[in-house]
Amino acid sequence: MLISRWLSIEVWKRRLWSFARLVLIAGLSFVILYPILRKIATAIKDRTDLYSPIVVWIPEHFSLDNFRKAIEIMSYWETLGNTFALSAMTTILTAMSCALAGYGFARLKFRGSGLLFGGVVLTILVPPTTILIPVYLNLKDFTLMGLVPLLTGKSVNLLNSYWPFILTSMTAISLKAGLYIFIFRQFFRGIPKEVEEAAYIDGAGVGKTFTRIMLPNALPAIITVLLFSFVWQWNDSFYTTTYLTSSKVMSIQLSSLPYNLAILLTDGVNSRADPFYMSMVQDTGILLAILPLIIIYIFVQRYFVESIERTGIVG
Amino acid sequence: MKSHLQFGLRPRTYAEKKALWGFVCVLPWLLGFLFFFFVPLLTSLRYSFSSVDASAQGVTVRFVGWSHYAEALTINTSFNRTLFESIANMVVNVPLIVIFSLFLAVLLNQKFIGRTAARAIFFLPVILASGIIMRLDSTSLVQAINEANAGANIMNTFTSYELAGMMMEAGVSETVVDYLTGAVDRIYQIVSQSGVQILIFLAGIQTISPQLYEASKMEGATGYEAFWKITFPMVSPLILVNVVYSIIDAFSTNAMTELIRDTGFKSFNFGLSSAMAWIYFLAVSVILLISTFVISRKVFYHD
Repeated sequence: MLISRWLSIEVWKRRLWSFARLVLIAGLSFVILYPILRKIATAIKDRTDLYSPIVVWIPEHFSLDNFRKAIEIMSYWETLGNTFALSAMTTILTAMSCALAGYGFARLKFRGSGLLFGGVVLTILVPPTTILIPVYLNLKDFTLMGLVPLLTGKSVNLLNSYWPFILTSMTAISLKAGLYIFIFRQFFRGIPKEVEEAAYIDGAGVGKTFTRIMLPNALPAIITVLLFSFVWQWNDSFYTTTYLTSSKVMSIQLSSLPYNLAILLTDGVNSRADPFYMSMVQDTGILLAILPLIIIYIFVQRYFVESIERTGIVG
Repeated sequence: MKSHLQFGLRPRTYAEKKALWGFVCVLPWLLGFLFFFFVPLLTSLRYSFSSVDASAQGVTVRFVGWSHYAEALTINTSFNRTLFESIANMVVNVPLIVIFSLFLAVLLNQKFIGRTAARAIFFLPVILASGIIMRLDSTSLVQAINEANAGANIMNTFTSYELAGMMMEAGVSETVVDYLTGAVDRIYQIVSQSGVQILIFLAGIQTISPQLYEASKMEGATGYEAFWKITFPMVSPLILVNVVYSIIDAFSTNAMTELIRDTGFKSFNFGLSSAMAWIYFLAVSVILLISTFVISRKVFYHD
């Protein structure tokens, strides 16, 4: 019995496959994790270890000096607070407005709603660069169809404040909002109609059905959208560098990090900073910027991985 | 609440009420769509045909016809090259990303020890490989010197060199070999761009009913056959979705968007920048249309 099991080709085929799968997955995981591990290894190194040929992963002289430098240059704690506030705000507003719009498109059909949904698809397809300049000029002299000058006498400049983010996320047109509306619509379409009808017969209006029945059922979709929108807002440099020019937000700090580093680390006019050392501090800065995201991801990844399977993006 | 809505003479039916609420729900989006998308889109089209001067007094727009388009395509030194490069990049990468993510989704759907951990790692690029981090990463010197030290570069070229030799000997054509070895060398780029696509495929594979696999196993189909006869046709609508998503994703941040922004905000040539953006948009739409047309003819729909 035992020998026949050992000799069976089926068993060996299965073992071979699971071994190949293990190698593949381990290898690719390493490819993904490699840059992060590399950054950690670089960040805890002392400057003297940079050129040492024997130091590859584990530093000879452990030091947190890089962190101190990067925190100082990026004014890290202030930046962290600002970025967190901005991302959380836009995330929550976007999720609310997109859930509403998604529900409207999925279940509450009215004349022309199909056409308007075509508009949603259009917002996904058009590259944001195409509309960048008019939006920019519009926000610079914000009039809201001539309403603002009526009240205050002149148009307001909304640039360099959080207002562009608040306005666009309240009206579900912010970064990748079309995708979120699509996700919500697909999800709400997957909830059986009978549930809704039962709620109506029990005396719930449309609004109550939405808040009491539909939203609690849509939790996976909500988590997915919250996470995507938070992360993408956190990393976004396209809108952030356009709307905000001098605010201390993570992506701006990161994009000006090489420049700031060069100023700080160059002592005199003639002496040039060591480019490898600069790169070392820059890597530490990147690590500091993504660290909060990784910590959040560790906590929510199981909801994320589970929920995506039930979001019905697939429709 | 109810009386507030019934301003008509007769009470509204359920369907009418729903339609009204639907409009109310969509209203915030509609406002945003009009103010921050549709009007700017038309304005940008108008700008592309005119010379725009933004001064303290406001914006003056003068119609100049097609000259900005002509300038972008014939005079500007980097536009044609950048456009061609970003399209070529996209054409090379998107098929690889889609095939790779389908393969990984099938793999991650099987049962094995540590599956949850593996999934968590494979979705990590969704978080990390976006925006500014990616751009700064590519310029890291320490990374480069470390790789050289650790011999990673040498290893890399060595393996794909061996692979290339083997395939050449087996009689595979040279272009195919170049394409595949290029893919091996760019593995990180491909892995980091396929996070969302893996998620979509994984979700799709899980909606396939297990009975299909059971039945095919009874009939004696191998896993390989089951993949091509069941999994592949069933997820084929998602291949379309993923191709579209990958194309949009590849186009959302690249050298082209940089060029358009720099033209607009560094040299303050809003007209030229809008013209570039429109040529770019048209190029993207043409590619999307072609690929959607080609793929949707092969797609299998269940119903």
